[in-house]
Amino acid sequence: MSEKDEYKNWESVIGLEIHVQLSTKSKIFSNSPTKFGIEQNSQASIIDLGLPGVLPVLNKKAIEMAVKFGCSINAEIANTAIFARKNYFYPDLPKGYQISQLDDPIVGQGSVEIECDEEKKLIGITRAHLEEDAGKSIHDKYDSSSAIDLNRAGTPLLEIVSEPDLRSAKEAVAYLKKIHSIVTFLDISDGNMSQGSMRCDANVSIRKKGETEYGFRTEIKNINSFKFVEKAINFEISRQIKIKETNNEIEQETRLYDSQKNETRSMRSKEHANDYRYFPEPDLIPLQISNEYIENIRKSLPELPEQKISRFCSEYGLSIYESEILNSSKGMSNFFEKVAISVKDVKTAAKWILGDFSAILNKNNCLVEDSLISSSDLIDLLNCLNENKISDPAAKKVLEILWNEDLKVKEIIEKENLKQISNEDDISRIISEVISKNPKQLEQFKKGKEKLFGFFVGQVMKTTQGSADPKVVNKILKEKLSQ
Amino acid sequence: MNDIVSLSLEDQIRLLEKKKISSYELTSSYLKNIEEKKDLNCFISINENALEQAEIIDDLKDRKSLIQGIPIAHKDIFCVKGQKTTCGSKMLKNFTSPYSSTVVEKLEKSQTIMLGKTNMDEFAMGSSNETSFFGKVKNPINSLKSPGGSSGGSAAAVKANMCAFATGTDTGGSIRQPASFCGITGIKPTYGRVSRWGMIAFASSLDQAGIFAKSALDSAIALEIISGFDEKDSTSINKEVPNLKNETISKMEHLIGVPKKIIENIEDENVKKNFLENINLLEKNGFKTKDIDLPFLEYSLPSYYVIAPAECSANLSRYDGIKFGYRCENPKDLEDLYVRTRSEGFGEEVKKRILIGTYCLSAGYFDAYYIKAQKIRAMITESFKNAFKNVSVIAMPTCSNEAFDLDSIQDPVKMYEQDIYTIPANLAGLPAISIPSGYKKEMPLGLQFIGNHLEEGKILNISHEFQKLTDYHV
Repeated sequence: MSEKDEYKNWESVIGLEIHVQLSTKSKIFSNSPTKFGIEQNSQASIIDLGLPGVLPVLNKKAIEMAVKFGCSINAEIANTAIFARKNYFYPDLPKGYQISQLDDPIVGQGSVEIECDEEKKLIGITRAHLEEDAGKSIHDKYDSSSAIDLNRAGTPLLEIVSEPDLRSAKEAVAYLKKIHSIVTFLDISDGNMSQGSMRCDANVSIRKKGETEYGFRTEIKNINSFKFVEKAINFEISRQIKIKETNNEIEQETRLYDSQKNETRSMRSKEHANDYRYFPEPDLIPLQISNEYIENIRKSLPELPEQKISRFCSEYGLSIYESEILNSSKGMSNFFEKVAISVKDVKTAAKWILGDFSAILNKNNCLVEDSLISSSDLIDLLNCLNENKISDPAAKKVLEILWNEDLKVKEIIEKENLKQISNEDDISRIISEVISKNPKQLEQFKKGKEKLFGFFVGQVMKTTQGSADPKVVNKILKEKLSQ
Repeated sequence: MNDIVSLSLEDQIRLLEKKKISSYELTSSYLKNIEEKKDLNCFISINENALEQAEIIDDLKDRKSLIQGIPIAHKDIFCVKGQKTTCGSKMLKNFTSPYSSTVVEKLEKSQTIMLGKTNMDEFAMGSSNETSFFGKVKNPINSLKSPGGSSGGSAAAVKANMCAFATGTDTGGSIRQPASFCGITGIKPTYGRVSRWGMIAFASSLDQAGIFAKSALDSAIALEIISGFDEKDSTSINKEVPNLKNETISKMEHLIGVPKKIIENIEDENVKKNFLENINLLEKNGFKTKDIDLPFLEYSLPSYYVIAPAECSANLSRYDGIKFGYRCENPKDLEDLYVRTRSEGFGEEVKKRILIGTYCLSAGYFDAYYIKAQKIRAMITESFKNAFKNVSVIAMPTCSNEAFDLDSIQDPVKMYEQDIYTIPANLAGLPAISIPSGYKKEMPLGLQFIGNHLEEGKILNISHEFQKLTDYHV
């Protein structure tokens, strides 16, 4: 049976639990900083270490960020949110429990719209709650022992739990991207997946098409890229189908995705599942959130991708497609708007940003935030184009040089002699020279071989090293050849 | 002045203010006394720098605080920067705290001298001081008797004139019961009145720091200093602390609530008689009393022995041999490290309570135990709330018996029953005080006053009135 046939009878049911590290300056229950990649254990305070007698104090910024998220997915925000202790022993969990939320999470039911294969779909979000991150265990640094880095311990996390509304790995990725774009546009997380700012667990089950009951699910832990989410889920779906097709049962268990082997492996079965013995955290009083506070946040929410897309269409006359791509990340959206407000022809600006500029970024595997071409460079270049100072091909060349060399647009045009010749007298002189140098071609053209028009254009361009304004060249060449 | 150590805090302050005595004299007298009464085993560690600190304070030009230069002792549950803080456990026997608790800081700021850290039941779990890793404390009145627990070291130290006053903590009676057993005054304020920052947690929602002293007035002076909102403790109450000394000595109207049913059911005839005689004494001196009903109080004990172990089971998870404290020798693997560290590092009582707590929180038992206990707790709180609509303070015995012989109680449930009259105030988060109220077979008995939320002043005031009428505290 081919893979396609195999899939035909089955439907997959997927739900994601996404952990988003909030970009607060300090930790959720202590005032240690939350920087990434600094010296091990250098930002772990006595609270993060869980020393005897220390107590947590909730970071107000984390509450604000969680409420922002809740408002942007139209969720109900709890007026009273309760923190709870989740108990388990692990060396990188200093207190032996994680302060999290169980009942009464800060963000209740909400939803987001995703688009997958040109179809729109509403995905339910069950809840989102605040919790503290654990530290990191390092097993490969020392020969005979493991090391613990508690810099990350206590970093605020927002755990966003979806309904089992996703039906394919592709949808799961679209949903994850959607959440990524919301949290980055809200500026509540840097969304950097490679640094672990966003990680997700996927709950995957399958059922025969048409069935309404859910099958036994497996949970794939800690996947940290869009690509791996898709691969891990797809692997898991086919693994489950193979089991079912051979009349075996899926075991409810936790699995780990190995990106190198592209497979999921059993981590622990249901029988060995932890009993976390949640109970309300007695060191924190119930968090009271007033409706006024929520309304103030709701009113001051920044523009979200959807709103920006429709505004880009109406304000700049862009297509939905262009607007969507320009709003695929906060960085790109901001970059575009910086350029858009300073150029005369916004549509051309969009074309260049989506085209050659993005191509250079992709080629160099670079995010727009780290672009070596600044928005002001691009504005200069687009203005030169608009004023016919350079041609399209010349502009492409300038763009390449801008990336590689520390020069301004005007300097490059000067240095590379890329200034466009649009003076009619100059171009007329050059065209006359070209025609007189090629009498054979002229004769053939006059006899009706009109294709040779292109040859003459080419010769003019070659003579001017591409700096002649093609519009002017066309116009004058037409006149001269018809004389 | 050989007996300056037996003077009240108030008298010591007066003498220090008039420069009749120095802090150095006072400190060295206490240290001498501590050395002489070493057998009582009140202290786990002694502050080596106490005399030096006293000299520095004597050299200060002005008095910056009322209790400047007063030598005190801390229960070894309070973290003191650079000092060993053991919590009475093998687990922390070599733990030196890198920071100080708020209580310690406030008393340091008041220029008191810390003489040392007092012995206690391990992690404050016990009612006899027998669970300490550092050996039991003996009752200064009769060394065959228990001083009570868990703050037995602090209570015995105050009674034996080893410090002017001492700090303690009270989760289910750990200040009031030892105060009663040792014949001194012990107050546990409203939950949240004193910061828990740096006070090693037993049961977070019940733990509260308080004071042992010779009298209600002395307690008021010390309590006021350690009280107050602390942004480092989210459960601390953001309300101004009144002048407790003034409230203690001011003229107040009282209507004393007497929970009739509870008093009727007191098993020990001596305890019952003592209580009723004291109520009688107050009535004769013009204090009005009123019979009240406190429903659900009989469920305090079972509810407490679910909630406190549940919270302790999580609070003590951090003692895992990874980051600080005791670690077993040569662990085979991680599981072995955890199991042996905790099996070897904790004593029997602590392990028992961790197990009870873990069981109560486990899937399938949580609702039946923890949730039910919390419901009862809410009902008890409500009972008190209703009672305080009509009365200013509530009177009860502190304990159902006088100090018992060391090692005489083997049945753990019998031991837990020690807290029967003290636990309700913890469950409701209310302030409560125990003052000496007479004797049974030469051992002291205690009278307890419970106050309404944040009304420490009222229980101190009535206690002071009682102490004006009696001399059990002198």
